[in-house]
Amino acid sequence: MSIQVQNIRKQFGSFTALNDVSLDFPTGELVALLGPSGCGKTTLLRIIAGLEQADSGNVILEGNDASSTSVRDRQVGFVFQHYALFRHMTVFDNIAFGLRVKPRAERPSENVIRKKVTDLLKLVQLDWLADRFPSQLSGGQRQRIALARALAVEPRVLLLDEPFGALDTKVRKELRRWLRRLHDELHITSIFVTHDQEEALEVADRVVLMNHGEVEQLGSPEEVWGAPKTPFVYSFLGAVNLFHGRSAPGEVQVGEQSLEHAGDALPAGTEVIAFARPHELDIDTDLSQPNGIRARITRIRAFGLTAHIELERNGPNDSVQHNEVELTLDRLVALQLRAGLEVRLVPSNLKVFQNPSPSTLSADHYIASGI
Amino acid sequence: MSPPRHKPFRVLPGFNLTLGYTLLYLSLLVLIPLSAVFIKTATGGWDHFWLTVTSPRVLASFRLSFGMSLLAAAINSVFGLLLTWSLVRYRFPGRKIVDALIDLPFALPTAVAGIALTAIYAPKGWIGSLATAYGIRIAFTPWGVLLALIFIGLPFVVRTVQPVLEDLEVELEEAAASLGAPRWETFRRVTFPALLPALLTGFALAFARAVGEYGSVIFIAGNIPMVSEITPLMIITKLEQYDYTGATGIAAVMLLLSFILLFIINGLQVWSTRRIGRTV
Repeated sequence: MSIQVQNIRKQFGSFTALNDVSLDFPTGELVALLGPSGCGKTTLLRIIAGLEQADSGNVILEGNDASSTSVRDRQVGFVFQHYALFRHMTVFDNIAFGLRVKPRAERPSENVIRKKVTDLLKLVQLDWLADRFPSQLSGGQRQRIALARALAVEPRVLLLDEPFGALDTKVRKELRRWLRRLHDELHITSIFVTHDQEEALEVADRVVLMNHGEVEQLGSPEEVWGAPKTPFVYSFLGAVNLFHGRSAPGEVQVGEQSLEHAGDALPAGTEVIAFARPHELDIDTDLSQPNGIRARITRIRAFGLTAHIELERNGPNDSVQHNEVELTLDRLVALQLRAGLEVRLVPSNLKVFQNPSPSTLSADHYIASGI
Repeated sequence: MSPPRHKPFRVLPGFNLTLGYTLLYLSLLVLIPLSAVFIKTATGGWDHFWLTVTSPRVLASFRLSFGMSLLAAAINSVFGLLLTWSLVRYRFPGRKIVDALIDLPFALPTAVAGIALTAIYAPKGWIGSLATAYGIRIAFTPWGVLLALIFIGLPFVVRTVQPVLEDLEVELEEAAASLGAPRWETFRRVTFPALLPALLTGFALAFARAVGEYGSVIFIAGNIPMVSEITPLMIITKLEQYDYTGATGIAAVMLLLSFILLFIINGLQVWSTRRIGRTV
């Protein structure tokens, strides 16, 4: 079933959770709502579910306006971050709940319920746990039971609110692969909320990036990763190096220094932010060249397939900026790098954005990107 | 050679001290005075004991005290739950004041409560006169006793259920709703079972308090023999007649009955807690 939200606004006191959000979720896709905490992604999900009401705007389910339909009648499956399993019921009774509370006329017989619950338990690969109580299960098992419970009522859409947020890394990875396979099997329109960019990119067909109650970009994982439309998207998806500067013909001036940059012609003198991923920066030990930015190596992490070099450089107003460069191990050896060495950072690729307001995009986004 | 044995140690501090203190404290305050009741009763002889506790007036008082206490605790459980619900789940002006009002029956001297209730529910009182117009008498009947017992038992239910309801995740009810459950089904199958253990505790406390209540009841009860005499009053009456073994005899029966009832309620509570998958 398709889902559309149109011009959704939601205000909590003076805080704007959602500011005029319009989105289309086509049938059968698995879409991730991705953004930092407080960006409004969970609120949007709850509004789609009917657990929350928008101040204005419409939720269209399968072409019908469902804005004033109660959550009971929307036929959406909702999975909570903390599972919300009924503690006093066994796993079996939890999954059967949605079938047993149906009005008498629609309620399946106990035999049908038994068959259905058993099938669902097989689907989530936990059929041996039917008689356990939720408190006797691990986190990953609980979340799979919660999913089975949501699927029991044959929802038209599946909404998952940070479904793996309370699990440890290993279980998370396992479960998201499992969710992807499950979705390929069932093809039910699904939306899941996450603040973990890796999770969103790995699992979803499409990713919606949100920030401050607005949609920043929408696209396939390849699109949003490869062609970020806004500085926020660039810095939120993966590690990034950021340089504040001023555009000039063929280069970006950062303080007294400059970075070569062709294309993306912005008028000279525009305040800009330039981004480079760690693997898009190279290190040059020859300090006499004009191109590049000087920085000092603070730490070298040379395990795995590539080496990560952490650097510091002086920014404006006596601030210290941190940078990270990813090099092949061969290159690391060839350059003979060591901590404390002064080097030049030379980008092989630079993405330049006009700085919308120099104060808004500062350290907090840099931290949010995980460096 | 066997490996050296280490002296076992406990991580939690103060085990010996706290357990020792608990035993001493309970002995001095509870066990010794209560066993004195039984010892004193024994000095009166079996025949005297049996005659006293099976006399029609005393039996009527047992019926009244235990019957009305159970009924009051049951009524308090229903309305206390309702009150707690509105206090915890809704935000309304004056909520803090209502919350504070709940504790008044705890704080008020019971005699004051008794006199106040009598003044209002007596045939000439505000509410009593209205009830009289419909032919209902509240004060000086068993219903007056019930009223006083409801009054003093209310805070026990509210204060035991309140923290549990506050901790109950709204998500459970949201999950039930998203699965299509109507409000009543959600309450019956999700919310109520989660609150049941606390509600039973509240019931037990309200009941225990009601059985032993004296001050607030004697004013409104009217104390008519065979009709509205409570058991504690019978004990006082025996004391005033210098029939000490008779008084302790009634007290012993009361203790025993209360103990059995509380034991049953406790059992129910263990059962309901097990049901929600927690170990006790």
